[in-house]
Amino acid sequence: MQEVKVAVRNGKFTTSMQWGGNGEPLLFLHGAGGPMVGAPFLEELAQNFTVYAPAHPGFGPGTGIEHIDDVIDFALYYHDFLDELQIDSPHIVGHSLGGMLAAEIAALAPYRINRLVLVCPAGLWLDDNPIPDFFTFNPQQMVEHVFHDPSGSMSQMFTEQLQSPEAQLEMYKCLASTGKFLWPIPDKGLKKRIHRLQLPTLLLWGESDKLIPPVYGEAFQRAIPGSRLVHFASSGHMIMLEEQEAFVDAVSDFLLE
Amino acid sequence: MKSHWFHLMPYQDLPEDFKEKHPSVWVDVSSELFDPARGHQFYNEYLDELEFADSLGFDGICVNEHHANAYGLMPSPNIILAALARRTSKAALIVLGNSIALYNPPIRIAEEMAMLDCISGGRFVGGFPVGTSMDTNFAYGQTPLTLREKYREGHDLIIKAWTEPEPFAFNGKYNQLRYVNIWPRPIQKPHPPVWIPGGGSVETWDWVAAHDYMYAFLSYFGYEPATQVMKGYWEAVDRAGRDPNPYRAGYLQVIGVSETDAQAEKDYAEAVSYFYHRCLHVPDHWAAAPGYLTLKTIKSLKSPFSFEQLADLKWKDFVEQGYVIAGSPATVRDRLVEVLKEMNVGQLFTLLHFGNLSAALTRKNTELYAKEVLPFLREQLWNEWEDRWAPHPMKEEDRMPVAAL
Repeated sequence: MQEVKVAVRNGKFTTSMQWGGNGEPLLFLHGAGGPMVGAPFLEELAQNFTVYAPAHPGFGPGTGIEHIDDVIDFALYYHDFLDELQIDSPHIVGHSLGGMLAAEIAALAPYRINRLVLVCPAGLWLDDNPIPDFFTFNPQQMVEHVFHDPSGSMSQMFTEQLQSPEAQLEMYKCLASTGKFLWPIPDKGLKKRIHRLQLPTLLLWGESDKLIPPVYGEAFQRAIPGSRLVHFASSGHMIMLEEQEAFVDAVSDFLLE
Repeated sequence: MKSHWFHLMPYQDLPEDFKEKHPSVWVDVSSELFDPARGHQFYNEYLDELEFADSLGFDGICVNEHHANAYGLMPSPNIILAALARRTSKAALIVLGNSIALYNPPIRIAEEMAMLDCISGGRFVGGFPVGTSMDTNFAYGQTPLTLREKYREGHDLIIKAWTEPEPFAFNGKYNQLRYVNIWPRPIQKPHPPVWIPGGGSVETWDWVAAHDYMYAFLSYFGYEPATQVMKGYWEAVDRAGRDPNPYRAGYLQVIGVSETDAQAEKDYAEAVSYFYHRCLHVPDHWAAAPGYLTLKTIKSLKSPFSFEQLADLKWKDFVEQGYVIAGSPATVRDRLVEVLKEMNVGQLFTLLHFGNLSAALTRKNTELYAKEVLPFLREQLWNEWEDRWAPHPMKEEDRMPVAAL
């Protein structure tokens, strides 16, 4: 895969994306932590698909967040992105914030999207099971909420990466941009539009996700007609890292059906 | 030199083990700690203290706005000023201020401030803070990244609402109003003085200087950080081509005046400790929600701001490090003259009540400051400059007296 620069709406937005592979187009939308540059699961998916993994506006190299006020603006930006790159009928795989975004993109124009994979998406709110206020988390709390094994090597790597001031500033910037869509409660009206997701949809959930607990998976499944829900026993919120192989298989099998 | 008497209105009964047993004084502080009967007592005692300051000749009396906060019992400072407007007659009535982005629509602020200006006969000063992250983002749910833009739009709307004589339409990003037409109108023309309290954000300085407003640095950390902030502010004033008039700058200082330096410790050490160790018990995760500070401001900070640095400080540290200026009248005078000169500051917000300081000691502190410090500063400092940021009340003889019952 290679790093490619993209300009949307005549340069009002600029970003970089990881791009490459063979097969039907697959748009990967990252979560609140920012683009997952160099993550092996993207390379794996590129074996079977042409993968487009851009940074959102306001995350990493993505600019133009000031032109986006809400989640609908955000979803329309991605429709322009698809127009700009002339991508026909893509699959969309969205993680967390990116899952919420993927659902909104598809709700606006379900006929435009091929298949949808939502990986522990945000976007709904259950009064009896409130999502914790992750905007206030320190790195330790973040690790405890997003990883199945908070003392495992992946958690340690994540914590170490967050030691540098540059990484902390980048995380601050990502969460600041995330606030436009998830502050103060991660419910911005998807429940009014989710019935429009009449396309093949797969939901993936880590059984020990403490950020968006599995009970939300059931809520999404109830709300999306005909959707399928698959659980991952050894994952928290980061399935694509925690159970990479099973994740890639589940996504590929579903999209190639 | 202007001296203003500033009240935070803290709750005084936070338990001794507050810091150990409770997560924070702000945002998620348990309301089980609040006894409304004690609230009744505090509000009335605090109003007495502000009125007492007016009677002793302070230039202004000053209140501010906080939410979900046990050291600032004023979610609505305008209610307090309304009470003060009737029972005071000389001091400027200063609110520092109303957090614009929290009012929907913000013309509510233009209306209430115009009411206060009318009731007080033009003694009113309107402050517009962005508001802390705790107040605005956490307690009032405002999106951090757009808070400042919403604040500025609200400011533009309020100023236009005060100055535009005919009804007008306002098509903003955060406010859409087909008919803006506020009644009553402020007495002061074109509008009451605007003072901007700030916490040291880089962008605010240029904005304040461009608008020719007064900038007030309200920290509880005394003159050392204030000196740094004022340096940045005066550079911005210079960039904007404005004069270095000291009255365009203010700062807040905790002050304890007593007969001697030793007596000051006896009088004020306990309340100082209550203030810094219980009232300012704020964990780092509340200090700044992601997006509340701009990246530019974050990069300008030498070290991340933290209330937790206060934990181990004692009376001696607070005095030596300048958090508190305390001692005999001579000690307080000398220290204040030195730092006010160094910072070129003409508006001093005195915190003469702090923490759980008793009514009697508050009276003593206020009286000693008014008699031994205030006249000295007034005589010594800045008489070559005009205070263009003071309110312009109606003439004394034109104002309505408060009728006897």
